[in-house]
Amino acid sequence: MCESCGCGDPDLVPVDVHDNILAGNDLQAQHNREHFVEAGVLAINLMGSPGAGKTAILEATARHQRGLRLAALAGDLATDRDAARLEKAGIPSRAITTGNACHLDAKMVHHALHELPINGLDILFVENVGNLVCPAVYDLGQAANVVALAVTEGEDKPLKYPTMFRKADLVLLTKIDLLPHLELDVEAIRDALARAMPEPRLILVSAKTGEGVDQWLAWLAERRARITRPPVGHSHGHHHHDHA
Amino acid sequence: MHEYSIVSALVDKVEVQARAHPGAIVRVVHVAIGELAGVEIELLVTAFDTFKPKTVCAAATIAVESRPARWSCPKCKTVIARGEKLRCEPCASPARLESGDEIMLQRIELEMEDDDV
Repeated sequence: MCESCGCGDPDLVPVDVHDNILAGNDLQAQHNREHFVEAGVLAINLMGSPGAGKTAILEATARHQRGLRLAALAGDLATDRDAARLEKAGIPSRAITTGNACHLDAKMVHHALHELPINGLDILFVENVGNLVCPAVYDLGQAANVVALAVTEGEDKPLKYPTMFRKADLVLLTKIDLLPHLELDVEAIRDALARAMPEPRLILVSAKTGEGVDQWLAWLAERRARITRPPVGHSHGHHHHDHA
Repeated sequence: MHEYSIVSALVDKVEVQARAHPGAIVRVVHVAIGELAGVEIELLVTAFDTFKPKTVCAAATIAVESRPARWSCPKCKTVIARGEKLRCEPCASPARLESGDEIMLQRIELEMEDDDV
C-alpha cells in the first residue's frame, strides 16, 4: 500500500479533480458581490479577535459620520448582543447567530440579506465572528477586508496570523487611548504588517476618544468612491453578468 | 475550527466524483493545502476521520500535501525570502502570492469492482 507519497496503489484507479474545495462558497460570495455592486453599497468584512473592539468601532463610526446610510450584519456564536448594540447606535442591524461555526460564510450572509434590505445604503458592515483564523478563509462577497487589532494584543499578531493579515486591506489599531498605559511599540506593528500584508495600511483609532475616526471615515469614503454602480438604463453592454 | 466545514465541502465534492463510478470504493482522497490557506492540517485530518463514517469517504484515508507560501515581485519576478517585507524595493511594487493559499481536492483513488476495471 502506498497512500501518502502520491504514486498511487496499482490496484486503485486515480481520478484527477483539481478543484477548489470551497468553490461552492466562492460562487455564493460572487453572487453576493453582484448584489452589493447592483445596490451600489460598499460591503466591508470587519474581522478581528474577540474583544478587539469591532462593535465599538462601528458605534464610533455611527457617532462621527455625517449623512451616510449604514447597516450591519453581526456574526456571533450565541447571542444578538452586538446587533442590539449597533441598533442602539443607530445602525440598522441583523444578527447572524452561527451556533458552533467560528466564521461567517457566504450563504449565511446571503440569507441575512433577505431580512436586511441593502438598496439605498452607502455602507454595509459585516461584523464577523471574533476569531483571527477562520473568517479569513471565507469570501463573503465584500469589497474590502478590515481587521481590528487592539493595542492590548501585542506587536506580533500579524506574524502569528499571516492568513488573516494577508487578506486585510486595512488594519485598524484600536483602543489607542490605552497606549499611555502600555509598552507597545507601534513601529514594531508596522514592521510586522509589512511582512504579512503586501500593501500594509494601518490607521490608529480610539472609539472612546474619537481619535483617528476621521481617517477611518476618509478611508471608507475613498473605498466608496471606487464602487461603480451600474448605470440605470445603460445599453452599451459594458456591464455584463457572469453566471459561469 | 472551520476544518469541519471544509471537510463537509470536501466530502460533497468526493461524492460527486464517486457517483460517476457506481460500485467503486473511495480509498484515498488527495488534497493540497497552502501554508497561508488558514487550514491546520492535523485538524483537517482529525476532522476527516471524525466526519467520514456513513459518507462516501467511510473507507478512505486523506493524504495531505502541504504547499509552502511563495511570494515574488510581479514585475521582476524576484522571489521574496521567507519573513522579509512583502515588497520589491527596486520595482517599488507590492509582492504577489504565487502559491500557498490553496485548499484543493487534487484527486481521489478508487477501488473498482472487478468487472469494472
